[in-house]
Amino acid sequence: MALEDRNEAWRDELRKSISGKERTSTPRVKMNELDAKIRARSYDEVNQGLTEEQARKEATRCMDCPNPTCMEGCPVGINIPGFIKNIERGEYVEAAKVLRQTSALPAVCGRVCPQEKQCESQCFYKLKLKKEPVAIGYLERFAADFERNSGKMEAPQTAPKNGIKVAAVGSGPAGLSFAGDMAKLGYEVTVFEALHEIGGVLKYGIPGFRLPNEIVDVEIDNLKKMGVKFEKNTIVGKTIGTKDLEAAGFKGLFVASGAGLPRFMNIKGENLIGIMSSNEYLTRVNLMRANTKESDTPVLRGKNVAVIGGGNTAMDSVRTALRLGAERAMLVYRRSEEEMPARLEEVHHAKEEGVEFMTLHNPIEYIGDEKGRVTTMRLQKMQLGEPDASGRRSPIAIEGGIIDVPVDVVIVSIGVSPNPIVPNSVAGLEVSAKGTIVVNDKLQSSIPTLFAGGDIVRGGATVILAMGDGRKAAAEMHKYLSGN
Amino acid sequence: MYKIVDKEFFSENVVKLEVEAPLIAKARKPGNFVIVRVGENGERIPLTIASADEKKGTITLVAQRVGVSSTKLTDLNVGDELTDLVGPLGKPTDIEKYGTVVCAGGGVGVAPLLPIVEGMKKAGNKVIVVLAARNKDLIILEKQMRELADEVIIMTDDGSAGKKGLVTNGIEEVILREKVDLCVTIGPAIMMKFVSLLTKKYNLPTIASLNTIMVDGTGMCGACRVTVGGKTKFVCVDGPEFDAHQVDFDEMMMRLGAYKELEKEDLYKIGK
Ligand SMILES: Cc1cc2nc3c(=O)[nH]c(=O)nc-3n(C[C@H](O)[C@H](O)[C@H](O)COP(=O)(O)OP(=O)(O)OC[C@H]3O[C@@H](n4cnc5c(N)ncnc54)[C@H](O)[C@@H]3O)c2cc1C
Ligand SMILES: Cc1cc2nc3c(=O)[nH]c(=O)nc-3n(C[C@H](O)[C@H](O)[C@H](O)COP(=O)(O)OP(=O)(O)OC[C@H]3O[C@@H](n4cnc5c(N)ncnc54)[C@H](O)[C@@H]3O)c2cc1C
Ligand code: SF4
Ligand code: SF4
Ligand code: FES
Repeated sequence: MALEDRNEAWRDELRKSISGKERTSTPRVKMNELDAKIRARSYDEVNQGLTEEQARKEATRCMDCPNPTCMEGCPVGINIPGFIKNIERGEYVEAAKVLRQTSALPAVCGRVCPQEKQCESQCFYKLKLKKEPVAIGYLERFAADFERNSGKMEAPQTAPKNGIKVAAVGSGPAGLSFAGDMAKLGYEVTVFEALHEIGGVLKYGIPGFRLPNEIVDVEIDNLKKMGVKFEKNTIVGKTIGTKDLEAAGFKGLFVASGAGLPRFMNIKGENLIGIMSSNEYLTRVNLMRANTKESDTPVLRGKNVAVIGGGNTAMDSVRTALRLGAERAMLVYRRSEEEMPARLEEVHHAKEEGVEFMTLHNPIEYIGDEKGRVTTMRLQKMQLGEPDASGRRSPIAIEGGIIDVPVDVVIVSIGVSPNPIVPNSVAGLEVSAKGTIVVNDKLQSSIPTLFAGGDIVRGGATVILAMGDGRKAAAEMHKYLSGN
Repeated sequence: MYKIVDKEFFSENVVKLEVEAPLIAKARKPGNFVIVRVGENGERIPLTIASADEKKGTITLVAQRVGVSSTKLTDLNVGDELTDLVGPLGKPTDIEKYGTVVCAGGGVGVAPLLPIVEGMKKAGNKVIVVLAARNKDLIILEKQMRELADEVIIMTDDGSAGKKGLVTNGIEEVILREKVDLCVTIGPAIMMKFVSLLTKKYNLPTIASLNTIMVDGTGMCGACRVTVGGKTKFVCVDGPEFDAHQVDFDEMMMRLGAYKELEKEDLYKIGK
């Protein structure tokens, strides 16, 4: 029985059970959230998920379109009406099964996908009815959480072991999803990770108030049950070379080493104490738990904290600053709010929690005291000009518009570059001018046994794209290794 | 994993640890370092690989007790395991035959100087070591250095051991006495700054190994950044060794103090 088949009798019945009018006149569900005042000082997850009742009601809004445009908005083409209709009929575990056909990490993607730009932006409600789209992300999270909490989550079936060893370099979403698919196909998979924790950005970057670590850990445990081996504290290209891996019998390598290199603006005073990259700030808190008393790792807690940037990383940093006790948490962005690349939900949440948005401002210098601690940031006021290459209106300085703002911690969050360790250590590997690994449409690099995907190929992208790459690389490597 | 197979006290506060790490033992080169973590709440701290035994699959670390993390590490015993150990990190030292090399170390820099002295000697250089400390009791690794180097000069602030004076006096004495081709210095930033000023005066090429604050040690965070030749560099991937005459030591000193207050608060953890 195909769970996601639109022509199944139950599906037909379900469609007829409620009138279209009733479906479209139901308002979009509101996510249950912790109170903004309380959560701004706590690491508990902000979104509390939907209740069963809320989820089923929201599922009825989905029209089960014969031509579901929403699916075109999902980078991995999840069968969206397929899983939502299983929720509507009350078969939540089945809904999760539909999700798992395409996504290795539905509980993660349901939480962190920029849905408003992807699936939900292409929903019939949005396109044709000019109404709020079906809450696809919330429903995805509901089904995945239900499955996890039901105790009915089983590690997927794996094919008999074929004795072929393959490895993933990096344990972010790309590496994990590659590992899962290869294990299912019967390969002996090892995942090498440079840090002392598995999960990549899902662990060291995205904070627990958006994505609790336990959710990632459940997926990792599943992979372990499927026989995937994890080698932490192992830097491929330093601890062990790709040649050594070949010699040890690894037939294929999937490089998913991410975009871990922080960018700075190279302006005066940027090396003062108190100014750091969002990678450092978030790593200290999320990976090293510097927010807890027991941790030996310190983190600077400021009264006046400014975060420079407008992406998810900036939003996570500024909300972390609040949780570390900042009295004034400012987000400094050189364009306007409309151009911010961060998820809409994160922007809303940050505002509710009391983050001060200083859009159309750009730092030009930092000033410190005699101990070298930053005390002041000098900001240039900006205005929007013509659209640039990225299609966004480019910011231009307003002459004479300069202000000084007192700060004691500044987090620079203006983007990351690809991690150079693997590109630098593999002879003959083609790398772009930007430092990304060059791959063909099969995600295969200039070295036939080396595939690559996720942020190391795309530059900073998204969890779902990284995950999709992991799955695609698995399929392509399998074809390559089995001679098709 | 990462089991301690041997431990030896070089002095009250300096401990040698031999640790199981076969992959690192095989891959490491002089000048490389590792990051270690002790305990689930442990901090990631960088330590130079003093030596390695590829056959035994072990590396040797020489750690000096300065704060919470180095104390937790040096309190471990044979049979205990490090929670995490990753490496080898950083660029290796440019070990070549230069001629006469002066290696000047002080404070926390003496331990990481050891493998460089060893490497330089093996490469056929004449190696003169200058060790400096406030007083006799703070001189460490003298015996080990004497076994490796052609000459060891001890300098103390109060004259309680060796000669009375600063590390720079010791180096200058050698420079005035004979032709020196290279100076390598590791120690507190203030010491390296004055060594660098001195050798600049004599146009003596000088390498400083910088011991900045680090978190990941793989170029991911930027905590270790310093200004070298007017450009921002990451010590963990671009270093740790740099042309001393190009390093902005004032900035580095300032940055080392970033967590001073917070580190003091943590001292209760080791009963201080
Ligand atoms: C703070 C933050 C918030 C974000 N929020 C969102 C969001 O809300 N939604 C969204 O879709 N995306 C978000 N992103 C982006 C998303 O997390 C990334 O696009 C995604 O994680 C990339 O996955 P990856 O598997 O390619 O790499 P990563 O997740 O970066 O994982 C790479 C792993 O490889 C390891 N590694 C690197 N080099 C080596 C080596 N030589 N040997 C062994 N291991 C190595 C690294 O330590 C790391 O663990 C966010 C990113 C950040 C930093
Ligand atoms: C590349 C590199 C290699 C190193 N190799 C060695 C080694 O082989 N052996 C060794 O004993 N140490 C070495 N260090 C220094 C070592 O990492 C620090 O001593 C350690 O991190 C201190 O941690 P802690 O928590 O014990 O002390 P903390 O609580 O962090 O510091 C205690 C006191 O020591 C001072 N201090 C801390 N770190 C340094 C530093 N790096 N330089 C100068 N003063 C410092 C602090 O300001 C403070 O006053 C190296 C550092 C780097 C960057
Ligand atoms: S994976 Fe992301 S884009 Fe695709 S349906 Fe789920 S939430 Fe939407
Ligand atoms: S486009 Fe919207 S209404 Fe149509 S199937 Fe997709 S989610 Fe349902
Ligand atoms: S220690 Fe993080 S970049 Fe050097």
